[in-house]
Amino acid sequence: MRIPIAALVGLFFTCLFFAMAIFAPFIAPYGMAEVVGDVWEPPSEQFRLGTDSIGRDLLSRMIYGGQTTIFIATAATALSFITGSVLGFFAAVSGGWIDQAISRFVDLIMSIPSLIFALVVLSVMPTTITILIVLMGLLDSTRVYRLARAVAVDITVMDYVEAARLRGEKTAWIIFREILPNALSPLVAEMGLRFIFAVLFVSTLSFLGLGVQPPQADWGGIVKENKEGINYGISAALYPAYAIAVLCISINLVADWILNRTTSLKGGRG
Amino acid sequence: MTEPLLKVRGLKIGATIYPPGEKARDIEIVHGVDFDLEPGKVLGLIGESGAGKSTIGLASMAYGRGGVEITGGSVEVNGRDVLQSGIRDIRRLRGAEVTYVSQSAAASFNPAKKIMEQVTEAAILQNKFTKAEAEERAVTLFAKLGLPDPDNIGQRYPHQVSGGQLQRCMTALALCPEPDLVVFDEPTTALDVTTQIDVLAAIKEAIRDTGVAALYITHDLAVVAQVSDHIMVLRMGDMVEYGTVDQIINQPREEYTRALVSVRSIEHEEKQPSPDPVLKVEGITARYKGTDFDVLKDVNVELHRGQTLAVVGESGSGKSTLARVITGLLPPSAGSITFDGRSLTPDMPSRPIDDLRELQMIYQMADTAMNPRQTVGTIIGRPLEFYFGLRGAEKQKRIQELLDEIELGDGFQDRYPAELSGGQKQRVCIARALAAKPKLIICDEVTSALDPLVADGILKLLLDLQKIEDVAYLFITHDLATVRAIADSIAVMYQGEVVRYGPKSQVLSPPFDDYTDLLLSSVPEMRLGWLEEVIANRKMESAGN
Repeated sequence: MRIPIAALVGLFFTCLFFAMAIFAPFIAPYGMAEVVGDVWEPPSEQFRLGTDSIGRDLLSRMIYGGQTTIFIATAATALSFITGSVLGFFAAVSGGWIDQAISRFVDLIMSIPSLIFALVVLSVMPTTITILIVLMGLLDSTRVYRLARAVAVDITVMDYVEAARLRGEKTAWIIFREILPNALSPLVAEMGLRFIFAVLFVSTLSFLGLGVQPPQADWGGIVKENKEGINYGISAALYPAYAIAVLCISINLVADWILNRTTSLKGGRG
Repeated sequence: MTEPLLKVRGLKIGATIYPPGEKARDIEIVHGVDFDLEPGKVLGLIGESGAGKSTIGLASMAYGRGGVEITGGSVEVNGRDVLQSGIRDIRRLRGAEVTYVSQSAAASFNPAKKIMEQVTEAAILQNKFTKAEAEERAVTLFAKLGLPDPDNIGQRYPHQVSGGQLQRCMTALALCPEPDLVVFDEPTTALDVTTQIDVLAAIKEAIRDTGVAALYITHDLAVVAQVSDHIMVLRMGDMVEYGTVDQIINQPREEYTRALVSVRSIEHEEKQPSPDPVLKVEGITARYKGTDFDVLKDVNVELHRGQTLAVVGESGSGKSTLARVITGLLPPSAGSITFDGRSLTPDMPSRPIDDLRELQMIYQMADTAMNPRQTVGTIIGRPLEFYFGLRGAEKQKRIQELLDEIELGDGFQDRYPAELSGGQKQRVCIARALAAKPKLIICDEVTSALDPLVADGILKLLLDLQKIEDVAYLFITHDLATVRAIADSIAVMYQGEVVRYGPKSQVLSPPFDDYTDLLLSSVPEMRLGWLEEVIANRKMESAGN
């Protein structure tokens, strides 16, 4: 099996970012909140990316920030997939009023823009990382629900699902043994995209000041802390922005490749 | 001898396949085929699935479908090698000189456009006719093909005409640009027997009147015998035999052709009804939710232990609905079902587990009846585990026993459905049903998706298993040849009612009611002149017309 160049590039950067996140304390030259120099020092031997608005090492902030951002996005994506797909499959298998009730409730949530919904919730709840993860996971699970239900509806009409029902199987068996294995490939590809949205979402929230709270570093927050510097020609705010862009693009490349690969298994016609 | 219209020499066609878990590889699916077709003649291409007949048909339009590539040889149409032509020349060829009629008209028409627009499109696009001329020609063709109200039928949308009519519209579409050659790709396979014969007669007449040459592709020798001048028998990409219709049918030279001609060699002795019916359906009336007409009207049938009841009828007659009612997927609005002496609860979820176990089902499409992500071992093993709590070595032993019973050897347990042939898939489905030790198996068109020789094998297997396991079959089919081969008693259904019911010998002997007569006479017979004879002697028309 040959991996296309684009996917290799994506895979390389994705692995790099995740490795940096996992080994952050060993890689980072300074502590996360340690003030080590002057305000907005330019890049030098000592501070590879320079220092930030209050004199902390920007490279260390970036590495720790990546850890926070990636951790929150991963946890939120996992949560959204578990809730979204289980509910979606359950709705498709049950049909009737159960399907209607869940679907209309999900429509209701989706009709409110997620950012506004999140801002409202976060302004009354304490902004801890747990709350951020749960909130993002649940909001995103509505999108996953839509996809999972659509995929599962196509599968539930297959004769093998009817055969399982006629055998007397319980709903849980039908969901996890008959439907899930057949719905996995579109869901895995979607997972990449949802992860990207989670990264963007948590960065947006932090930029607006309602996400990760200082002194905890995260990419959106670093942009916010250093955005004034742009007026003076200081590029500190751009590094986290680049990091977000590179991470999103590389994950997209990997997701595309997975989607292509899994559909070609069905005989090459997609 | 006249110059051939179509001259195919050494045609080789390759494809890339993607076997699960292995590397993609290139295979050759047609290994050098030669034939000629003179203007105005009809050549029948016949063979089982995978014989390469459709691929050859499409190659005569210089087209390779989905990953298929023409790798060698030449295809000359009107003296030009179309395989060497550029895309512009090919574009002028298709839809002007060569046209195509596909198997499923319903899937080939654009549902958003009116029939007339689609029928005349190619002729206008190729500058053969002006719009007015093309429409006039289309109306003439509609009339010639026996479509009702030929002046206005073009103004309808594809969903507003029946399947048989749409197939005839498609023939009009192919004939409209006055082509030299039409490729008919299984044009009547998807239709009911009673509808098929009208379409067949219309196609035959249209071919004769317009003087067009045709390639007629089908797997049904009896059908091709009615319309062709010559027949070419294909098998796995090789030509087996070529000859006139008369020679192929009456004096086949090759062993394989003889097998095709004499298919359905099963002799089945009708059994006497035993005193205890395993299934008793009384006064069943049923309708689907949200509709206001009954799909089943007062249906009464009985099925005895270890016997076979065949339910026959065309699509829409309610035979599959009867199966849904018996399995409990569609609770009836009136009537009752007695199964093995006890009354069955109308809806499936509230039935006791033993009722579910003793009533199994085999589906038409074995492909969709098995989870593609489960191995054969899991598929057959699950009912053993679920109903009998078998585990480990005991379960493995039973799975192997079942695999032996369905005549599949070792090494099948770990295969996925995608790695099996059509006949093998259906055998695994049979094993899954048998694993539950049922008293009754509902067989819903189990052989209609299979090639005749493979279907024959499945029917023989079912009959053998019936003797060993003493299981009863409710056999739903539209194919009377199958019914003759397997049934002990027969119920003929027409528009939701059982119009004729009784032991096989009685149902299949005269005097017939009109519908049974139509059904029986519509089954293509393998002799010349059969089609004209039947059309002349018919008492009623099919509901599908």
